[in-house]
Amino acid sequence: MALKTEHMVLNMGPQHPSTHGVLRLELEIEGELVNKVTPHLGYLHRCFEKHAEAMQYNQVVPYTDRLDYLASIGNNFGYALAVEKLMGIQVPERVEYIRVIMAELQRIASHLVAIGSNGADIGALTPFLYLFRDREHILSIIEETCGARMLYNYIWIGGLSHDIHPDFVRKTKEFVNYFKPTIVELDNLLSFNKIFIERTANIGILPVDTAINFGASGPTLRGSGIKFDLRRDDPYSIYDRFDFEIPVGKGLMGTVGDCWDRYNVRIREMEQSLRIIEQAVDNIPEGDVQSAIPKRIKPPKGTVYKRVENPRGELGYFIISDGTVNPFRVKVRAPSFVNLEVLGELCKGNLVADIIAILGSIDIVLGEVDR
Amino acid sequence: MYQYFYDLTGNTIIATLIVAVFPLVNVLLVALIGVYLERKVSAWIQDRIGPNRTGPLGLFQTVADFLKMLQKEDATSTEIDSKLYNIAPVLVFTGSFAAYAAIPFSSKLIGSEADVGIFYVLAISSLVVGGILMAGWASNNKYSMLGAMRSAAQIISYEIPTAIIVLSIVMFTGTLSLDKISDMQTASFWNWNIFGGAELGLTKFLMIPFMFIGFLIIFISTLAEVNRTPFDIPEAESELVAGYFTEYCGMKWAMFMLSEYGNMFAVSAIVSILFFGGYHSPIGYLGNSIGVEWLIPFEQAFWFLAKGWFFILVQMWLRWTLPRLRVDQLMSLCWKYLIPYAFVNLIIIGIISLL
Repeated sequence: MALKTEHMVLNMGPQHPSTHGVLRLELEIEGELVNKVTPHLGYLHRCFEKHAEAMQYNQVVPYTDRLDYLASIGNNFGYALAVEKLMGIQVPERVEYIRVIMAELQRIASHLVAIGSNGADIGALTPFLYLFRDREHILSIIEETCGARMLYNYIWIGGLSHDIHPDFVRKTKEFVNYFKPTIVELDNLLSFNKIFIERTANIGILPVDTAINFGASGPTLRGSGIKFDLRRDDPYSIYDRFDFEIPVGKGLMGTVGDCWDRYNVRIREMEQSLRIIEQAVDNIPEGDVQSAIPKRIKPPKGTVYKRVENPRGELGYFIISDGTVNPFRVKVRAPSFVNLEVLGELCKGNLVADIIAILGSIDIVLGEVDR
Repeated sequence: MYQYFYDLTGNTIIATLIVAVFPLVNVLLVALIGVYLERKVSAWIQDRIGPNRTGPLGLFQTVADFLKMLQKEDATSTEIDSKLYNIAPVLVFTGSFAAYAAIPFSSKLIGSEADVGIFYVLAISSLVVGGILMAGWASNNKYSMLGAMRSAAQIISYEIPTAIIVLSIVMFTGTLSLDKISDMQTASFWNWNIFGGAELGLTKFLMIPFMFIGFLIIFISTLAEVNRTPFDIPEAESELVAGYFTEYCGMKWAMFMLSEYGNMFAVSAIVSILFFGGYHSPIGYLGNSIGVEWLIPFEQAFWFLAKGWFFILVQMWLRWTLPRLRVDQLMSLCWKYLIPYAFVNLIIIGIISLL
């Protein structure tokens, strides 16, 4: 007679070291083997979208900071672009340049956390701290300009909250020169580490069509080999002026779309961001960064959808205006939220330890998932 | 040492207690210095400063931690199996502490000069597995359970390559006594087992590569036995929170920590006895050259501790450099690579010894 067995249900989170916040995963496991993963969301829900309806347009900006709190500038950027499109505001050149440089610096900072925590989940704590050390340079550059280190409230509708610090250009160049060799160091320490490759290659393979069907974007999509980047495919701001490549997963260590590919895409993207910064930082024109900020923000009736390439993927703002000073509706298409959907597909039949590696490679930020 | 104190005091109980206190002090010191060093070394590796507030250079950090641990409430869940839950940390600590009985710190400082020393150490340190399983089961926590199962599987598997390499050394030296194995490697580092032992000749040179392989295998498998990175999967903090001791706090938790550091030193000591001359100095003794006999045991203790701490530092260095393996990769490393290689190594060393 066969023994009766049953699956164990393991609640991973909301308090767990590597669910990147307060995500709760309900794992159905058979020994170490995972049969089913159900993510439970909502532990960090802050009613951003409803809240925005009670705010004036410019008052929403600080709230967007708190969506993807590792890439606040990207969130500001998207929101500002959406409202500017709605109102038909043309911002000065100087603002465009500073926005792009800041957004790319922020992208590097955000990817550093993503890569570092992916490594830390797999047990490599030292690269994590190295990357935080490097991120510190970016944070202090931004801090010098706008006074904040995490929630910047920097990109305003029609302009910026502050002009750049006089040292900004010099320090940014210093950072670029400092950071290039550290990427090589990171590659040597973690990316091509045998154990790291063993843990990430051929794990959590996301096939191309699944990625598209689930609406994945950002490095999660590009890791599967699709060259889709809004900075190139739907250029906003002045991204069409810069020369950069879009790294995609090639299956160097295993299969296209595995965890290692997603990880590698992020590292290569940091290199491309450095390229953009290098091209932009020398050409910042003179001007007043606040000249185009409207005195009263009261867009005409209508709707707008503006999407930007945030570090985690396609961040879209859908705004309905009823002609008053408050937005009628602000809907956010959060890349982390959409990317998280693929987790269930990726985790089937893997071990408990792989779930952590896969979750880390999708790189979610709960502030954005739950909003 | 026991005989010495027995002659001194004329009482078996007092002599036993005195002899037992020394390794206990050593374990405590290892944990005290080990935890501090772990923090400092990790800080140096990670470009941080590390503890620097409690006392000069943060030296009293572990003391402060220990005091904190003592004062903590012994909070337990209501759903635990309290008997097993309370025995487990004691058992784990006993396992790692008892191993010290047979470890020779110097030619005079030996708890017990047992003829089956290495056999005893291997056997008694297996006690730890029982404690770990108990802890995992009694905690009534799924993470603890998973951690305990991983740990049991890991420690039992990695005992096999360890035992095979120990066997090859036993075959080579012809004794199970740790003291005698150390004594065979006296005079110079060229006589260490890793360099083919004391006897000169063709055999010695043939032996060197296989001794190196043996050392690597035993070093890797002892790393796994004491649950150190890259084999720290039983307590993988990013997966299982803290593995089998997730539910423990206060002094009971401190017992697990003590035994972890105790084990680290114990396996380092075993490796240095088997391959690196144990307590013997690599360069000869100052006591011999200036004719002060009583200095020699102290020098030996110094060399022994130095070798032990060297391997602990290597373990820390590895821990803060490498990621962690997955449980199935860990098993395949053991069964597919280490055990066959260790076995072939054993046969080759046997054949060379016969030459």
